Amino acid sequence: MAEAEKRHPVTIEINGTRRTFEVESRKLLVHLIRDDLGLTGTHIGCDTSQCGACTVEVDGLATKSCTVLAVMADGASITTIEGVSPAGSALDPVQTAFHEHHALQCGFCTPGMIMSARQLLRAHPDPGHDDIRHGIAGNICRCTGYQNIVRAIESLVAKG
Amino acid sequence: MIPAAFDYVRAGSLAEAMNLLQRDPEGTKLVAGGHTLIPTLKLRLASPALLVDIRGIAEMKGIQVSENSISIGALTTHAELLVSEPLHQVLPIFRQAANLIADPQVRNRGTIGGSLANADPAADWPAVMIALKAELEIASVNGSRRVAATDFFVDIFSTALEPGEVLATIHIPRPATGMRFTYRKIRHPASGYAVVGVAAGVAVTGVAADVSIGVTGAASHAFPADVAAKFLVGKPLSRENIEEAARLQSAATECLSDRYASAEYRASLVRTETRRALLALA
Repeated sequence: MAEAEKRHPVTIEINGTRRTFEVESRKLLVHLIRDDLGLTGTHIGCDTSQCGACTVEVDGLATKSCTVLAVMADGASITTIEGVSPAGSALDPVQTAFHEHHALQCGFCTPGMIMSARQLLRAHPDPGHDDIRHGIAGNICRCTGYQNIVRAIESLVAKG
Repeated sequence: MIPAAFDYVRAGSLAEAMNLLQRDPEGTKLVAGGHTLIPTLKLRLASPALLVDIRGIAEMKGIQVSENSISIGALTTHAELLVSEPLHQVLPIFRQAANLIADPQVRNRGTIGGSLANADPAADWPAVMIALKAELEIASVNGSRRVAATDFFVDIFSTALEPGEVLATIHIPRPATGMRFTYRKIRHPASGYAVVGVAAGVAVTGVAADVSIGVTGAASHAFPADVAAKFLVGKPLSRENIEEAARLQSAATECLSDRYASAEYRASLVRTETRRALLALA
């Protein structure tokens, strides 16, 4: 390329820590998270906003990070799966429920699924079976048939 | 996938966005939720020189329910429309339709203005806006104008928006007493878009006094189902009349054909979904 591509300063709070980067306009948020921050728990599955493996929380809302420009996240607070239960701390209740109910096989969709389950339970503290299925509709799992994922989330409702 | 290079500016006000757009209307794209535009950029189906981020523009946000009308800022997300209680009280069709759009993550980012301005022939809001007789307020450096939703959708991905114009606000007249609305669709199993979607409203006082129907997915753009509406006005909202109205509308509609659904299948769905929507209100 003849001239260097213009970069923009981006400051985000990532899992509680403020960080500033210089990014090209076209950089995707998921690439900032994985490549620049090294937080590879956020996965790229389809890269077309379908599968939800790249789901993170942006200002508290579950978001497909493959469909957000990093520059658009300037000023945002972002939580990734690494921030849900930082190293050395106990697992988040949603993670524990997934573990106890065998809600994963290969595990590729799990980080995104957990972010969506967290949003579902925040928005809807007492979801029914259909609400749970509707709430995780943006996350595709090709192993489990969703049965144990739904059971795991239901177990959290039962516990109150 | 990574988009081709472009420059990026965040607009702080509608005036700033309009000025930026005015400089190079062809090479500039507005981005709000970005859930259609960013996938398009990643596939390099579009390569604008400049992206103007309008998400921070306060005057294009929010839902206002007043005595005579409802105003919705173009930047309002599907999720915000879904949870709004004041909106749900007057027009429950918003929650009903929002719940059928894509998935929770997409609803968190995607905006109603983006959906309307993009004019995907299978998007949900265009049908709802037509049924609700919405007026779309369009702003540019030359001032603002209002276009009826019925006249806004022109062709596939094509609207009444001229270069340099911004869809700013959606105005919906408060429905007359007794007017009830519903939206339903046959959902494409992969994309979630409407193969055919029908938004219908009726007021019944012995006979159907007022009928308003918007159809999406069937043709190159969303359109008012005037044939069905005209047939029904003044008649009892009986099963027979509804059947006939749906049949007439289907016969009068020139449908799209693609790999998923033939024109004949879509025409059949126009009939089925129009009938089901009206029966739900009967």
